[in-house]
Amino acid sequence: MDFSYSEVQKMLQDSVQKFVQKNYDFDTRSKIVDSEDGYSKENWSLFAELGWLAVPFSEEDGGLGGSAVDLIVMMEEFGKANLVEPFTATTILCGGLVSELANGEQKSEILGKIISGDLQLACAFSEPGSRFNLSKVATSATSNGNNVIINGKKIAVLNGSNADELLVVARESGNETDPDGISIFRVPPNSDGVSIRSFTNVDGQRSSEIDFNNVTVAGASRLGEKGDALGALEKVADRVIVGLSAEAVGALEILLKKTVEYSKTRKQFGTVIGTFQALQHRMADMFIECQLARSIIVMAAMKLDGPEGQREKTKAASAAKSRVGKAIRNVGQEAVQIHGGIGVTNELDIGHYFKRVTALEIMFGNTDYHTERFSSL
Amino acid sequence: MNVEFTAEEVAFQGEVRAFMQNDFPVEYRTKIDANVRLSKEEIVDWQKILYRKGWAAPSWPEEYGGTGWSQIQKHIFANEMGAVGAPEPVPFGMKMVAPIIMIYGNDEQKARFLPDILESNVWWCQGYSEPNAGSDLASLKTSAVRDGDHYIVNGAKTWNTYGQYADWIFCLVRTDNTVKKQEGISFLLIDMHSPGISLKPIVLIDGHPEVNEVFFDDVRVPVENLIGEENKGWTYAKVLLTHERTNISGVPRGKRRLSSLKRIAEQTDDGFGSNMMQNQIFKNKIASLEIELEALEYAELRTLASVSAGKAPGPESSILKIVGTELAQRIDEIFVELAALQCLPYVPEQFEDGFQGTPIGLGNSASAALTYFNNRKASIYGGSNEIQRNIICKAVLGL
Repeated sequence: MDFSYSEVQKMLQDSVQKFVQKNYDFDTRSKIVDSEDGYSKENWSLFAELGWLAVPFSEEDGGLGGSAVDLIVMMEEFGKANLVEPFTATTILCGGLVSELANGEQKSEILGKIISGDLQLACAFSEPGSRFNLSKVATSATSNGNNVIINGKKIAVLNGSNADELLVVARESGNETDPDGISIFRVPPNSDGVSIRSFTNVDGQRSSEIDFNNVTVAGASRLGEKGDALGALEKVADRVIVGLSAEAVGALEILLKKTVEYSKTRKQFGTVIGTFQALQHRMADMFIECQLARSIIVMAAMKLDGPEGQREKTKAASAAKSRVGKAIRNVGQEAVQIHGGIGVTNELDIGHYFKRVTALEIMFGNTDYHTERFSSL
Repeated sequence: MNVEFTAEEVAFQGEVRAFMQNDFPVEYRTKIDANVRLSKEEIVDWQKILYRKGWAAPSWPEEYGGTGWSQIQKHIFANEMGAVGAPEPVPFGMKMVAPIIMIYGNDEQKARFLPDILESNVWWCQGYSEPNAGSDLASLKTSAVRDGDHYIVNGAKTWNTYGQYADWIFCLVRTDNTVKKQEGISFLLIDMHSPGISLKPIVLIDGHPEVNEVFFDDVRVPVENLIGEENKGWTYAKVLLTHERTNISGVPRGKRRLSSLKRIAEQTDDGFGSNMMQNQIFKNKIASLEIELEALEYAELRTLASVSAGKAPGPESSILKIVGTELAQRIDEIFVELAALQCLPYVPEQFEDGFQGTPIGLGNSASAALTYFNNRKASIYGGSNEIQRNIICKAVLGL
């Protein structure tokens, strides 16, 4: 048994750490969040140069292998930096869907550009009524000759405002929760009938609500077979879930570290507050939560990479999201509480990590959703 | 044992309920339901409506224009007000400085300050915490040095809520450096418009500049603004902390929020063709919060009964503060769970007066994350919940 990282993984970790140390302090991040795009194009080009954008892809797709363990190594470091660049949206989610579904021609058109940093993508899957269920799709795609006409409303589209191209999940047949009949279409965001309302989220990430009103695209813009996209969507979502959970673990470890440091310097009643046993035990519990969260993402990543069947992989992803969600509540809230008043301000990075992990707990299914999904599998 | 109200109390409840239904302006109620912030003018307007009814100060003695109500009547009033979501007065004048002026102020100070508080003509804010004096409040350093018939005040206060709207600030200041830290503190009233006072807003985690740092740079304060005796301020402040510590649990507000939560849950799709009120895990969570609220309500009633019987509210108020704030925070969490993805977009203008766009999410669910983040303060302010637990350990358990 061996839980250590490979040499390549260590190099990857080292490369992200060096970047963060040099280019991503709290002030720099705040400026990026406040900028028009909400991410740094310079950073994105650098990510491409450093090969990070190729990490999630298999060698045959031009990537560096695409293991889930590689992914969590990176995502954890991104979490430590509270990084806002749209790596998850463009690379893991949309890139993953293209890898799973696209034909050779589509792949060669898209994947190279993702890896070279020249393409931003966003996947529109959630709807006002879908909550976290990927098979609940009310957005319709109706064939009209060689074209398809899309109607519906999507919410929480990560990176929607920066996307050069949207991947839209729409239903070609079946009722609203039917697992069959779901397809994914490539839609240029400037198509007639597309209207986008974009937000900066509470965690500094960008998202959009997008309305599709009789949007016409060519049938050839479909990724994969007609009505057969759900399996790929779920599989890719599981990778995203493990990636985001790893990002959360990185952020939680920073929250723990900064809280312990603060308790060693903040003086009240003539002593540093870290000497109070009431606080010491709570920090010990935060440490335990971080360790269990770390353990379960390792489990999930190894299962995603292993020979297990899809059901086991999905179950592992749900276990990770659920357990990490529990850690998020504990560590996030305690970090703020132990910091006291300064923890509830926008001045300190603690509040920003707290907001990020809170969003991570919700995205792609919250703790309760994944606990239920785990028990149903 | 008997928890029934008397016939008089029932009649009183009916009167208060009818008043709240009829006289709390509908437009304010609509705003509160949509989580739109009321302006200072609107809060003052509501306070003046209460004032005209004679109900502005339920906790004040009659001689100062209070209602002279019993503990039970105050409880009924707070409940009925909470049930329609009507805002409490900003506490710094009515609930914090006024009782101190009544007990320790001289006649001139009473006549000068109390009527304007009662009528909501003058807004107060609090100058207690300092950057290095939080939970350890008595270590405060802001100094007041006597110079003829003035004090010269220098220092900085922090976590000053709504100082940007305030006309006056009540402060704990150090007037003697040579004695034990609790013994050199005085209680001073300072005009916020005095030269040398400046404010720096602190933006909280929800993006709202709710609190400030207040800087005092050679601020001249007339000695007639000293409350009681010099160097006795800590004693006065402590009295304040145990004063008015009933009706702090937020039970009416909690009940109101849970019923609103259920209403929104019934309209929230669960993603599987049903609504969230049909989701067993979610239902159980609401149920356990309702059970906690019941327990808290009866804990509060028991405290109320003992205070009515003439006992001073003691460390029981610490229980109400801890459980009240932590329960409110659990309700915040469950709003976040319900709103899910819809609480992530940050659109603060949606909760400000005059917003014309399309709100995100159902009901006020889109504000869930901001409320959750902001209200983490509740277990930190007013004597953090760790300090409250220390009080229980010391005063009740004898540890």
